[in-house]
Amino acid sequence: MSDAGDGKGATLSEDELGARLKAYEGRRATVSGRGRDPVNTPMIRHWCEAMGDTNPAYAGPDAIAPPTMLQAWTMGGLSGHEGRTGDYDELLTLLDEAGCTSVVATDCEQEYVRPLRPGDEITFDTVIESVSERKTTKLGTGYFVTTRTDVRAGRALVGTHRFRILKYAPVRRRKPEQAARRPRPVVNRDNAGFWEGVERHRLLIQRCTDCATLRFPWLPGCNKCGSPDWDTVEASGEGTVYSYVVMHHPPFPAFSPPYAVALIELAEGVRMISDVVGVPCDKVRIGMPVRLEFQVYDDELVLPVFRAREEETV
Amino acid sequence: MRAGEKLPPLEIPITRTLIVAGAIASRDYQDVHHDAELARQKGSPDIFMNILTTNGLVGRYITDHFGPTAELRKVAIRLGAPNYPGDTMVLTGTVEKVVEQADGDTATVRVVGANAIGSHVTGTVTVTVPAEGPGGAG
Repeated sequence: MSDAGDGKGATLSEDELGARLKAYEGRRATVSGRGRDPVNTPMIRHWCEAMGDTNPAYAGPDAIAPPTMLQAWTMGGLSGHEGRTGDYDELLTLLDEAGCTSVVATDCEQEYVRPLRPGDEITFDTVIESVSERKTTKLGTGYFVTTRTDVRAGRALVGTHRFRILKYAPVRRRKPEQAARRPRPVVNRDNAGFWEGVERHRLLIQRCTDCATLRFPWLPGCNKCGSPDWDTVEASGEGTVYSYVVMHHPPFPAFSPPYAVALIELAEGVRMISDVVGVPCDKVRIGMPVRLEFQVYDDELVLPVFRAREEETV
Repeated sequence: MRAGEKLPPLEIPITRTLIVAGAIASRDYQDVHHDAELARQKGSPDIFMNILTTNGLVGRYITDHFGPTAELRKVAIRLGAPNYPGDTMVLTGTVEKVVEQADGDTATVRVVGANAIGSHVTGTVTVTVPAEGPGGAG
């Protein structure tokens, strides 16, 4: 499912891209980067609050910064990275253009040489250590980029920070709202009147104007006398469960099995397939009285369903 | 401490607040760590915890156990299943190796953080606990 990457692969073959990416190994990503703020107690406190870290070593007059904050002191934040070379941005742009627009951090390896204390001014240098071959992961297909950052306070090395990200073309997921949409009814000239009625929350039954026989579902002619002429009567909404099945498998999008599919006999005598709502599917029974209601599923879809009558559900 | 010793587990409820607070405290403004809508557009079902927060939590787990004198030497982690809001991560640790020296013991601890989806983080932490002495009580 690496379609997003392959889609734009027309500009650069996979091998060509791989070779161009490899060329960035050993190049510098940041030269003489500078921490936005000196190591300071407010940022340490905010960190400890977020992490729920109550270690007394991180508070008071002799406080040290939590060692795991190492990378935080190098972060550009909303104002961006200072000292970043064109090379690193170029590498990321190349990957973006290849469809690898998403990024996720996968590895972080930090070594701490000495603790950082409030007042320490941070500088750092980052080198692109490696760019992987093209890899297919659960998230999508892409490339791992590993950088190593040496962090200094003054001239002294205080720690190193190796960081690996995956730049990838995300696996295309079906949008949840699409997956959740019920199938649309097929509306044609024979049944259009029925669906127009449903839209206005009226359940219309066809009636032959020659022999007065009711029919459902809607058809072009009368099954009894063959007449093509008809009008409609509106169903009262009363009915009973004539028969039903409980659907377990297979699951369809927008339906969560198990659910009951019922054949409802309307008070007028015709039968229709519908849902029984307001009662668990294993409590639906033949002969159960139900009443029509209209359920709105989304902006475009209203369907007649049948609610189990309350006095009957125990 | 001795090799084979198991650390008591630490349960961390993964709240939206923790994810966002951790991202901001680590100065990581990537939208996937605070904006659910944009996270979904990028193929993720929700916002998820950033690696810096995971790193911080792993560090906390170790120093919570070994005490305020413990010095973290190395934290190396790898992420797997994301930490989404509503989940719980349970951190567990096993001491793999102990090197005893005059000024203190250095342990290598294998750490795993499991959530409902799988293994969120696996890693090793190297930590030195100074020998008890005049300066060791603080």
